[in-house]
Amino acid sequence: METHLVAATGLQAYAWLLIALPLAGAAILLLGGRATDKWGHYLATALSGGAFVLGFLMFWQMLGYPGEERARSVHLYQFIKTGSVDVDMGLLLDQLSISFVLLITFVGTLIHVYSIGYMAEDANRRKFFAYLNLFVASMLLLVLADNYLGLFVGWEGVGLASYLLIGFWQHKPTAAVAAKKAFVVNRVGDMGLAIAMMLMFATFGTVSYTGVFGLVENPAVSEGVMTALGLLLLLGACGKSAQLPLQSWLLDAMEGPTPVSALIHAATMVTAGVYLIVRSGVIFEASPTAQLVVAIVGAVTLLAGAIIGCAKDDIKKALAGSTMSQIGYMVLAAGLGPVGYVVAIGHLITHGFFKAGMFLGAGSVMHATEDDVNMRRYGALRKLLPITFGTFFLGYLAIIGVPPFAGFFTKEGIIEAAWDQNVVLGVCAIAGAAITAFYMSRLMFMTFFGEKRWDPDVHPHESPAVMTVPLVILAVGSAGMGAFLMLGGRFESFLEPVTRTPHAEHHLITLNGVVTLVLVAVGVAIAWVKYGARPVPQTAPQGSALTTFARKDLYGDALNESLFMRPGQWLTRLAVFFDNRGVDGLVNGLAALIGGTSGRVRRLQTGYVRSYALSMFLGAGLLVAALLVVRI
Amino acid sequence: MVAFWILAVVSVAAALGMIFQRKAVYSALLLAVVMLSLAALYAVQDAPFLALVQVIVYTGAVLMLFLFVLMLVGVATVDSLVETLSGQRIWAAVAGLGFAGLLVFGIGNAVFAADAGLAAANGEGNVMGLARLIFNKYVFAFEVTSALLITAALGAMVLAHKERVSPKANQRQLSEQRFKSGEHPGNLPSSGTYARHNAVDMPALLPDGSVAERSLNPVLTARGDTVDRHADLAGESQTEAIAGDVEAVEKTVEEAQK
Amino acid sequence: MSHYLILSALLFSIGAVGVLIRRNAIVVFMCVELMLNATNLAFVSFSKMHGNLDGQVIAFFVMVVAAAEVVVGLAIIMTIFRSRRSSSVDDASLLKY
Repeated sequence: METHLVAATGLQAYAWLLIALPLAGAAILLLGGRATDKWGHYLATALSGGAFVLGFLMFWQMLGYPGEERARSVHLYQFIKTGSVDVDMGLLLDQLSISFVLLITFVGTLIHVYSIGYMAEDANRRKFFAYLNLFVASMLLLVLADNYLGLFVGWEGVGLASYLLIGFWQHKPTAAVAAKKAFVVNRVGDMGLAIAMMLMFATFGTVSYTGVFGLVENPAVSEGVMTALGLLLLLGACGKSAQLPLQSWLLDAMEGPTPVSALIHAATMVTAGVYLIVRSGVIFEASPTAQLVVAIVGAVTLLAGAIIGCAKDDIKKALAGSTMSQIGYMVLAAGLGPVGYVVAIGHLITHGFFKAGMFLGAGSVMHATEDDVNMRRYGALRKLLPITFGTFFLGYLAIIGVPPFAGFFTKEGIIEAAWDQNVVLGVCAIAGAAITAFYMSRLMFMTFFGEKRWDPDVHPHESPAVMTVPLVILAVGSAGMGAFLMLGGRFESFLEPVTRTPHAEHHLITLNGVVTLVLVAVGVAIAWVKYGARPVPQTAPQGSALTTFARKDLYGDALNESLFMRPGQWLTRLAVFFDNRGVDGLVNGLAALIGGTSGRVRRLQTGYVRSYALSMFLGAGLLVAALLVVRI
Repeated sequence: MVAFWILAVVSVAAALGMIFQRKAVYSALLLAVVMLSLAALYAVQDAPFLALVQVIVYTGAVLMLFLFVLMLVGVATVDSLVETLSGQRIWAAVAGLGFAGLLVFGIGNAVFAADAGLAAANGEGNVMGLARLIFNKYVFAFEVTSALLITAALGAMVLAHKERVSPKANQRQLSEQRFKSGEHPGNLPSSGTYARHNAVDMPALLPDGSVAERSLNPVLTARGDTVDRHADLAGESQTEAIAGDVEAVEKTVEEAQK
Repeated sequence: MSHYLILSALLFSIGAVGVLIRRNAIVVFMCVELMLNATNLAFVSFSKMHGNLDGQVIAFFVMVVAAAEVVVGLAIIMTIFRSRRSSSVDDASLLKY
């Protein structure tokens, strides 16, 4: 694909401001210290909001250009210059990146606002906002960079911010461990991305998007290389987006503050993998194998996440399982090729709204019940938290795909595309939708319906306006975003120059859609029978083997432990043993040999002059003897 | 040749005696014998100047210096017969015999031309010949040896010199020291004072007629019979003893008058 | 002429053995003197053998150096004796392992 990139003009030429604003916020808050405690959170929110305004103006400017000319580049500086490797740092403003910019800055700003209320009591609120700003800046760099190296910098930046924010309450050992786990698991994925970049350098000699994509169709590049590249990129995406087999960190990451879970682990960062796959679509299209693997990973993860979501009693972990599952949908769609890209990104955006809304709603519930996360001690909260309940309910309708709410349009699109491509994937997607309906209904019924099960000294109350307003805005998005984007193929035609999605007729009502809706209804009904109609026990019942399996995160941690951690520990022990006995033994042995020898030879220095004289005399005798032998 | 054989036997015997003699003074004297023998051998070998230098410088000066130092260090120093270093004597013997054997073997195997003789070189006289060499050919070496000698003299002086680290005590300090030490402060009485006769073994008598033990050499005092020697003092009382003495004196005077 | 040389070799070896077996520093010194005298005998013999006086001159120089050496050496022995009340070479054996 030859992309002709026009240099950005006007406001778009200042696209770097998008990144610079929140970065400056992070720098001011971190370097300013306690002096910024009073107003730091307002500054951070304002800078995030400023980035959104800028992004929206750039989007507006973009809409002024004809469809094919909307991709604009901003050259910033030369990043790396060596003999054979030159990397220019630049930004790419096109339909895909601007969609992400709008999502990140909009949801990000709302969560900043929400956090003002949520973190009001926290002594380290300033640091929290600094990290949030750092995250926004890194995420914007990730989506705006016009080359893989820039993307990687942002990729690592969000990883760092994620680590810092998961471990924000580091005084809790669980939070510190979860942060470390997220960091380590992400490194595995990052290694895939790093190796992919090296492979690009080796194969194409460049890492810029235009350069790489322009050379993909070069016949000299074998499909094997493309498959390797695709799988390595997928590994990177799996790490960041918590897809199997690197899913284990996401559930633990819920140890962080709830706004973090909403922003990073639901709406934005975890979708970076989907962005990577869609952005690298050209590479995946050149390798059907890699594409199929992507779709399989997505399908398996969407089922795994849904099953985990069914068994969790922790409201945030249930939502995290749901996030895994929904990203599985996106990855599945991204693995379907150009037909799936639009629905993948569409679902990503709607998911960003409704899942962020639901996480913030969960935060509001926790706020009301003194930070209790166990759903078995909720119940009947709908009367006490009307706004939270209302917004949560809209998000719930969106995620289970009830028309005309957002999830219906995008998820339906994915199921349809999957069904068309491969029946097995389609069945997985439909089954996932049914399970989603079940576990989300379970969550709803346990939290807001039934009789109250909280302690008598807990007095649930509605959150302040600074928290409810973002909830309302996100709920509006959850309700209307899908229809706004998908109806009439508006988003499809907007993204078409990037995704090259072939135009196809979409029917609102299809056989798949009907089947799906019936199954969703069945899921809701089962949940009602189990959790709505019957009282929920305060302690979790034993449950079947499947329940245990799901509660233990499908034994993902146990698998990692036995497969990687134990052998790794053995390996390090072996290395330590070898170092102590082998390397050190050699060195110490040599030293001991020399030391011992000199200790013995030292004894020759008796201090007696006559001994020395004797040796000299014997030496003289030997010399005379030698002379005689030579002469005679 | 007769002279050589006699002197060779004497010198080797004296040298062996020197290294095996335990008393250092005997060693020095035996070394003198060796040196004098060598002086004679030099004379035999047409080197009269060296022979005289050997006698005067070596035997006369150097050896006397040795004896002098031996006197200072203690004539009685006798090497103990026990060898402290294990194997030192055996190895010394092996090395010495081996070395001598090697040299003798080497010299015995060497082929020497007939003696050139010093008749020509000593034509003007041995001293003149040496002087010509020393003050012409070896004059530089000669000057250097003079520097060496001066250095050696200075070195010996510096080494033998003992730096005084405390000021010299004056008369008063010395006498104070004497009294502080608690010993007898003045001169001890000499033997025989007031005694019947003044032999060294006769203790002095103090004015009250008692015996002054300190007037005698401690060695003699240790024999414990000092008072017995004053048998004439052994009277009933002091007056009686004096009377006895007076009587004895009168008797002596009478005998003298006869 | 080799008689003189053999005598010289014997005296030299006897002196060397004396250095090795005697402990009194002064006697050791005397043995060194014996060795020097033995070499002088060899020089004088060579002088006669070659028919020139150079050997005698060397012997003369040896005597001068020996005299200087004796002066300094005995002074050193005196100093050591003064501080340690001993003239045994075995007692001065602190410089060791």
